[in-house]
Amino acid sequence: MTARETRYFGKPVRRNEDPKLLTGRALFVDDVDLPGMLHAAFYRSPYAHARIRAIDVSAAKAMPGVVAVYTAEDLGDYWQPGPLLVPPPPVHKMPVFNKRTQVPLAKEKVRFVGEPIVLVVAESRYIAEDALEQIDVAFEPLPAVVDVEAALAPDAPLVHEDAGTNIAAHVIQEKGNWEEALAAADVVIERRFVYDHGHAAPMETRGIVAHWDARMQTLTVWDTTQAPIPIRNGLAGMLGLSEHQVRVIAPFIGGGFGPKIMMFYQEEVLIPWASMQLARPIKWIEDRRENFLAMTQERYQIHDAKIALTRDGKILGVWDSFLHDTGAYIPYGLTVPLNAQCTLLGPYVVPHYYSEFKAVFTTKAIVTPYRGAGRQHGVFVMERLLDIAARELGLDRTEIRRKNFIPPDAFPWDNEIIYQDFAPLVYDSGNYEPALDKAMEMIGYRRFLEEEKARYRAEGRHVGLGIVAYVEGTGIGPYEGARVQVQPNGKVIVATGVGTQGQGHFTSFAQVVAEQLGVPVEDITVVTGDTAEFHWGTGTFASRGAVVAGSAIYEAAKAVREKVLRMASEELEVSPDDLELADGNVFVRGAPDRALRLGDLAIAANPLRGAVAPDTEPGLEATRYFGPPRGATASGVHAMLLEVDPETGFVRILKYVVVHDCGTVINPLIVEGQIHGGVAQGIGNAFYEKIVYDEHGQLLTASFMDYLVPTAMEVPPMEVAHVETPSPWNPLGAKGVGEAGAIPVGPLFAQALEDAFDNAFEVTEIPLSPQQVWALVHGSKEKQS
Amino acid sequence: MKPPPFEYVAAHSVEEALDVLVTHGWDAKVLAGGQSLIPTLNFRLAAPAILVDLNPVSELAFIEANGMLRIGAMTRQRTLERDETIARLAPLITAAMPHVAHPQIRTRGTIGGSLAHCDPAAELPAVCLALDATLVARSQRGERAIPARDFFFGLFSTALEPDELLTEIRIPPMPPNTRYAFREVARRHGDFALAGVALTLQLDEAGRIRAPRVALFGVHDAALLSESAMRLLDGAAPSEALVREAAEAVAHDIEPSSDIHASAAYRTHLAKVLTARALRDALGDALGHATE
Ligand SMILES: Cc1cc2nc3c(=O)[nH]c(=O)nc-3n(C[C@H](O)[C@H](O)[C@H](O)COP(=O)(O)OP(=O)(O)OC[C@H]3O[C@@H](n4cnc5c(N)ncnc54)[C@H](O)[C@@H]3O)c2cc1C
Repeated sequence: MTARETRYFGKPVRRNEDPKLLTGRALFVDDVDLPGMLHAAFYRSPYAHARIRAIDVSAAKAMPGVVAVYTAEDLGDYWQPGPLLVPPPPVHKMPVFNKRTQVPLAKEKVRFVGEPIVLVVAESRYIAEDALEQIDVAFEPLPAVVDVEAALAPDAPLVHEDAGTNIAAHVIQEKGNWEEALAAADVVIERRFVYDHGHAAPMETRGIVAHWDARMQTLTVWDTTQAPIPIRNGLAGMLGLSEHQVRVIAPFIGGGFGPKIMMFYQEEVLIPWASMQLARPIKWIEDRRENFLAMTQERYQIHDAKIALTRDGKILGVWDSFLHDTGAYIPYGLTVPLNAQCTLLGPYVVPHYYSEFKAVFTTKAIVTPYRGAGRQHGVFVMERLLDIAARELGLDRTEIRRKNFIPPDAFPWDNEIIYQDFAPLVYDSGNYEPALDKAMEMIGYRRFLEEEKARYRAEGRHVGLGIVAYVEGTGIGPYEGARVQVQPNGKVIVATGVGTQGQGHFTSFAQVVAEQLGVPVEDITVVTGDTAEFHWGTGTFASRGAVVAGSAIYEAAKAVREKVLRMASEELEVSPDDLELADGNVFVRGAPDRALRLGDLAIAANPLRGAVAPDTEPGLEATRYFGPPRGATASGVHAMLLEVDPETGFVRILKYVVVHDCGTVINPLIVEGQIHGGVAQGIGNAFYEKIVYDEHGQLLTASFMDYLVPTAMEVPPMEVAHVETPSPWNPLGAKGVGEAGAIPVGPLFAQALEDAFDNAFEVTEIPLSPQQVWALVHGSKEKQS
Repeated sequence: MKPPPFEYVAAHSVEEALDVLVTHGWDAKVLAGGQSLIPTLNFRLAAPAILVDLNPVSELAFIEANGMLRIGAMTRQRTLERDETIARLAPLITAAMPHVAHPQIRTRGTIGGSLAHCDPAAELPAVCLALDATLVARSQRGERAIPARDFFFGLFSTALEPDELLTEIRIPPMPPNTRYAFREVARRHGDFALAGVALTLQLDEAGRIRAPRVALFGVHDAALLSESAMRLLDGAAPSEALVREAAEAVAHDIEPSSDIHASAAYRTHLAKVLTARALRDALGDALGHATE
């Protein structure tokens, strides 16, 4: 497209939404305040695993200010296990899949601490919480299932007795023949890796306001969901309403990161239902404790992995078998472990691949995607294997990567296994060496190794360098849509179905339209996440907003542009080829005074008298849809310098560099913001954040005192550079960037840490902590002496 | 995370507050900056029937120096951090304050609240120990002056009786040849410390260490003075060997607990490392001379 040379597309335009957000005038779910509104609170299981013998809510019901108390029994037929949000794709082999999904309120058994058992609706949240203390549940505690390996022991207690096993899924995917790789190998490296990813900890917790208007017979739901349209469709189905009776609004949302697209959360099923029962609006705002206990998380995988190589460092094959902790239920299917399985292959040519995993039920919170969504786990395994291989083969760590990169002329590149989007894992485009070169230059790779490292060491300082590569599958289907309309005042409205959680959609999407229509970005209003405005689409996940919704918006804007040109060419009696659009006008090239305002054309396109010609539509408006054949694969290289205090195990990041390729960049300011945020979460994952359950399945990290998200004090400034390899599979050439920053930070930390101590020890586990670093340093010293 | 119901009384004087305390005893809780108390209520870990708000009691917010440095219990931590009199007379406080939580919290949190709360990992109790402070408690029965070393009993437990209010902290003047140092490590900036050391010592004319006060926090059920290290240091000539020996000695006095952030063994190790670093900071040039 020609858009790239022009005014709006690709420019660091300041965000349209920021004045509203920064001055506190944006609407969040908790800002919704309706007359007569009630407040909800949940009695949640204090046990990880227990049978429910009896529930006594009589004292709670009798409290002044309590309006209703509901248990599973009270739900009648409405009580149903949730849908399987993502069924398993057609992977090569799947001997086991036990579909077990969450229930609105636990009935006979609880399966994780925080699972809701009773819903209380009261005049205030204070009263509702007081009432929770009056509820008496008789539990018969059962042994918790915490460790994934122990869960597979023959005598292990079962999370779902009827499944007869704690295996939720067993999947095998293969490319080529690993045995061949093994036979040809000069070197085989084998290690066990544990990668634990944590809690998304969005600044805004979950929240729902549901309002059943008995006169209008309409249900309006404000929800912190990332997928308002599927929530509307599902709610209508469950509640026996027609879709047009239900309006779901996902207003401004303070961070989603994946866990806000779980369909359906128990609360999402219950609050609208209760509002219909009571014919009053009800608000439920999750508190931080509930968020830690009951919002979905990501957790750990244990990988037993092998890599086979030739003497000169060419990868012949990879073998991997891993266990994945899926928690109490598996509503999101295989997305997270499949992402781990697929993303492990990275930017490398891996001729033979055998990968097998078991997803395991445990009595812990449900696992669903969180920024990176399993990609971290896979990237950690591959990058670590390459580091260890380089060491063993006496190769430079950047050389072994360079040697195995998929060459730029080999795209589209087929990895011959099935990805989370049900399609074969085929990379659209990529060019990995320039990114590696650029990152090496920015971090000062040679200079550090040849001079600086020794100089630091002479000063008694331990500084290490890390440099790792990764790919990110982004922008998957099925589709999104958009409607673009020029209004009589010349301003433009864009409506699309995806929800927004801070990504800058109001600006990036406006830039796409501005480019086509020549209307300034600030005159373009983007509406997202309101089913009354647009009701086709799926949601914001898998780094797909810009790619999929962005492309639909592009197509719709292009259609409007064509209509503008057609109308103007008739009116001005020139060929459409001689027309240009700028500053809200369409004019004859070279004769800017022969111009028409787009607003006037919009009025003319919607006449009160006369006729709209057959086969045309009124208004300067178009609706278009876009479904990419396959995802777009972004990629990148991160590098950093890390200083370690050998006595305490504390670390300091001296320099952090990101070279990133997300195809065509719509707005570099927004792309860099996405990367900064991702890296911050990656640093949290690598060194600060860890979800800890004790042996009874009690969550020990249920507040920000114990779950340590890094702050501005821990996150260093970053230098970001772009490489642009446009995707051939969407009209913008865009690739997603939502998760890129977060993905490779674990292996980066591991490598830099080892480097700071000249590889005196090996890091095979993430997250790390000062204590672990100290133990590694201390342990290696003891070994030496 | 909403508190259970409670009654609220705004006290406008120490007397008014003491009245409520004597009537309600254990059922009453004093509200200072609220930075520890309110989370406790919101988590429903405590359910006092009545809260006595000290915020309107202006007579408790003061910093005065005439011979003795006197700090009112309701003095905000942010004020301590920025006050010039404190920087001059008790610079150890100035050094410690940036480590106490975050600016927003210090703006509300008070010195009295931190001392009365007695979190084992809090900075201010250790600072008071190192400065040989005296804590003044008042009740309708009268006023008591409690030396810091007799004040901190253990986890969230102090010498204060339920009818007593902590009203002020008195800090004796530091002799001119006093050295001090403050060191801590916390997982993130502003977190409660995994381990920390606040110390003061003097150097006599012969260059020997006198009156060392080595206070540790985060490594015991409350802040404490390491008598073992202090015995070794008192009267000794500074040397790197002495620093190491004293650092090793703190391990005899502490009993750290293990939690998800640090094991007891790691905390003990950190206490030693930080003691050595703090001693080096304090001794500085004196150490240089001694080792030459
Ligand atoms: C996120 C966060 C991080 C923190 N990090 C740190 C840290 O790193 N280091 C640290 O030391 N602290 C930290 N704190 C605690 C903070 O310093 C508190 O302000 C302090 O512990 C209590 O002071 P307060 O004035 O807020 O007391 P309050 O919370 O109002 O009261 C605390 C307790 O002391 C009692 N009390 C208060 N004043 C008196 C008085 N005059 N007489 C008798 N009893 C009294 C109250 O009844 C209550 O039991 C942190 C707090 C938060 C929220």
